[in-house]
Amino acid sequence: MSLLSIESVTKRFGGLTAVDDVSFTLDAGEIVGLLGPNGSGKTTLINLVSGNLPVSSGRITLAGATLTGRRPDQIARAGVARTFQLVRILPSLTLSENVMIPAVFGAKAHWGAEALAVAQDALKQVGLDDRADMSASRLSYIDQKRLELARALAAEPQVLLLDEWLAGLNPSELAEGIALIRGLTDSGITILMVEHIMEAVRALCPRVIVMNSGQLIADEATETALTDPQVIAAYLGESVDA
Amino acid sequence: MLTTTLILGLVLGGTYALLALGLTLQYGISRIMNLAYGEMTLAAAFVLVALFQGLGLPPLIGLLVIAPAGYAVGWMLYAVMMRPLVARAGTSGRLEVDSILATFGLLFLIQGLLLLVFGANFTSISYLTHGVNILGVPVALNRLIAFGICLVAGGALVIALTRTRWGLALRAVAQTPNSAPLVGIDVNRVARQGFALGTALAAVGGASIATYQTFSATDGVIFTMKALVIVIMGGVGNVAGALIAGLALGLIETFVATAIDPGLTLAATFTIFLAVLLWRPQGLFGRG
Amino acid sequence: MRRYLPIVGFLVFAAAPFAVSDYGLGLLIGAVTYVTLASAWALFSGHTRYISLATVAFYGTGAYVVAVLNETLPYGLVLIIAALIGALMALLVGLSTLRLAGVYFVIFTFGLAELVRQLITWYEVNVTGTLGRYIFLDVTAREIYWQMLALAAVTIGLTAFIHRHRLGLALRVIGDDEVVAAHAGIPLARTKLLAFVASATILTLAGAIASPRWVYVEPAIVFNSTVSFLTVIMALLGGANRLWGPALGAVPLFFAFEYLSVNLPNTYPIVLGLLFIAVVFVLPDGVLAGIEKLRARWKRGAA
Repeated sequence: MSLLSIESVTKRFGGLTAVDDVSFTLDAGEIVGLLGPNGSGKTTLINLVSGNLPVSSGRITLAGATLTGRRPDQIARAGVARTFQLVRILPSLTLSENVMIPAVFGAKAHWGAEALAVAQDALKQVGLDDRADMSASRLSYIDQKRLELARALAAEPQVLLLDEWLAGLNPSELAEGIALIRGLTDSGITILMVEHIMEAVRALCPRVIVMNSGQLIADEATETALTDPQVIAAYLGESVDA
Repeated sequence: MLTTTLILGLVLGGTYALLALGLTLQYGISRIMNLAYGEMTLAAAFVLVALFQGLGLPPLIGLLVIAPAGYAVGWMLYAVMMRPLVARAGTSGRLEVDSILATFGLLFLIQGLLLLVFGANFTSISYLTHGVNILGVPVALNRLIAFGICLVAGGALVIALTRTRWGLALRAVAQTPNSAPLVGIDVNRVARQGFALGTALAAVGGASIATYQTFSATDGVIFTMKALVIVIMGGVGNVAGALIAGLALGLIETFVATAIDPGLTLAATFTIFLAVLLWRPQGLFGRG
Repeated sequence: MRRYLPIVGFLVFAAAPFAVSDYGLGLLIGAVTYVTLASAWALFSGHTRYISLATVAFYGTGAYVVAVLNETLPYGLVLIIAALIGALMALLVGLSTLRLAGVYFVIFTFGLAELVRQLITWYEVNVTGTLGRYIFLDVTAREIYWQMLALAAVTIGLTAFIHRHRLGLALRVIGDDEVVAAHAGIPLARTKLLAFVASATILTLAGAIASPRWVYVEPAIVFNSTVSFLTVIMALLGGANRLWGPALGAVPLFFAFEYLSVNLPNTYPIVLGLLFIAVVFVLPDGVLAGIEKLRARWKRGAA
């Protein structure tokens, strides 16, 4: 039984079709990579699922409930959490407050000690729990990324959308990051991750979805996809971090 | 009757369009929401009157002094006041609030200086007031000249923006400020030019207003208000949109003033503004 | 001990009318009015950073409602009606602008007072045929002062309550990043609307309470946009996102501008302008935050 289902989703910006009639489904507990060259529509697709942008046509459902046409806050409460390609933290709040927000305003509406506990757990998962009362504006880039992931986790989501969460990390941080995400999948969460780092995709995702100029060109096992001539052609001229 | 409204409306709309053009350049290119725009306009109007009455300089010659002076003042204001705010804000959203508050301060500063130097009285000059017959409607020559100034300045700007390399750089920064440096554009310099150019247009608009209209040192807010509404009607950063919306607003105002009540012109402006916000917040001529 | 400080302060202020002259009481009313206005303004704008320039649109409406109804309805009922009208106005303004980017809201509020003034003037001249009304109410200056002081206390109390609850957290998140706020499950429009309506209702009530001081009311008097601008700079100077910041900015600035308008009326706008620019450049988060920063630096230097 599929959890997240994307049905013939299209997004047009004026004359440009950024996402063109894309369909696929994710099963509960799956971790799937979303690949494609720059400008192929991956981030736009993430934005359509999270409600940041309205779809032009098509339908997105989560466990049978329609997400399309709903506002981002409604979609978040329905169980979708995300990180952003350009990391977005809340600089005037503490780490603990940053992470607490989706717990407070999410479906479960925790408050007080309960919300703090959820925030503390999420901070612990990413290894920031010792700095819970620090202002988020003082974090380094990698810690900001960690914080953003902790915030998404504190939503206790069914589906987690990661938009190049591993980009910009050095090799040892990358290994740490991969281990972190693998730890999440063990808890049964469903993940769709946009990623350029093939090492991470190979290590984490048994299945990938590949887009090119807005269209879905492959939806198959990762090993098959990486030798698929169509996929290789799409990436020609693009540097692939293999 | 209708022809009169039409012609007077178009003449008024020409000035509005020019004012809105400058404001949309400042906000579109430099990202500065300039609430002191109307005061800059008024300052130029006062200077034109002072040149005319004090030195006997004809307004058209005065304009040749005022336009470059406006550019220089805008250039300096950006370098001294706006640039530090831009640098401090970085990529965060602070610039908008900071620029609104800083230019709000500038509004009072300029208004206070104008009051101190020129006083609170209504000011006007008597310049080429005799009527010219257009389609059976007598129109004062000074209004026609003002309209001509707006046409020339606005037209020249549109051509410069669409046909020159320099205009291309300005438009590139307006559309994608983050990727413009990738193609070798100095965003800071372009932003400064945009702000300076906007100030020059405010000055030209103010000078042309001074040739045919009575004004006082506290009128600036109204000019800013109208220019802002036009900018939003036309779509922020949209030059052609600002021109069309400016002319439209001039026509609507003249119509409301003659057919309903002159006291309701701002109410009319606001009703349109509200309709645009509810119906097409991206502007009447924007895409998407 | 610190918890009781506001209560002691409130009692001292409440007893003040017995110790001052009529002129002094007038000044006190003015100062407390601006404490109310600045605090109510900050209730919405302080955290969200949506700069409202329309304080006097609500304040003036409150005064005008009293002017229209004071001869036909009991005072208490008039106050309630004024509050309701203010809330309704804020709802309309908020519904049409708060779904959009902050700059549309600023621009709209920039002209709102002028719009209301023009509409009322037009209505009075063309429909009722009178411009200018009298308020003959049996309310003493002391009563006005106490009412305004109570409203100020309610405003600050409400702000403290909101700061400690979900709404306060939601407003702070919105002020930092609306996209994150929405993706964390915060309904943006509803949250902003709620805070804006609460703020505007208090502003309107303040106008209604202060109105008997005027005796004679006409649109050009009650919709004086300087009130809006003073309110903004007072809240910003003290620190708009702090509980006591707006009050702290309002009291000294009220007396400073009172002095200026009597002694140096010509330089008044220049001082106001320079103050705005100084706050943006030197104290972007207000005096309270500035003092904290200095203290932190001093501590680090001493250690």
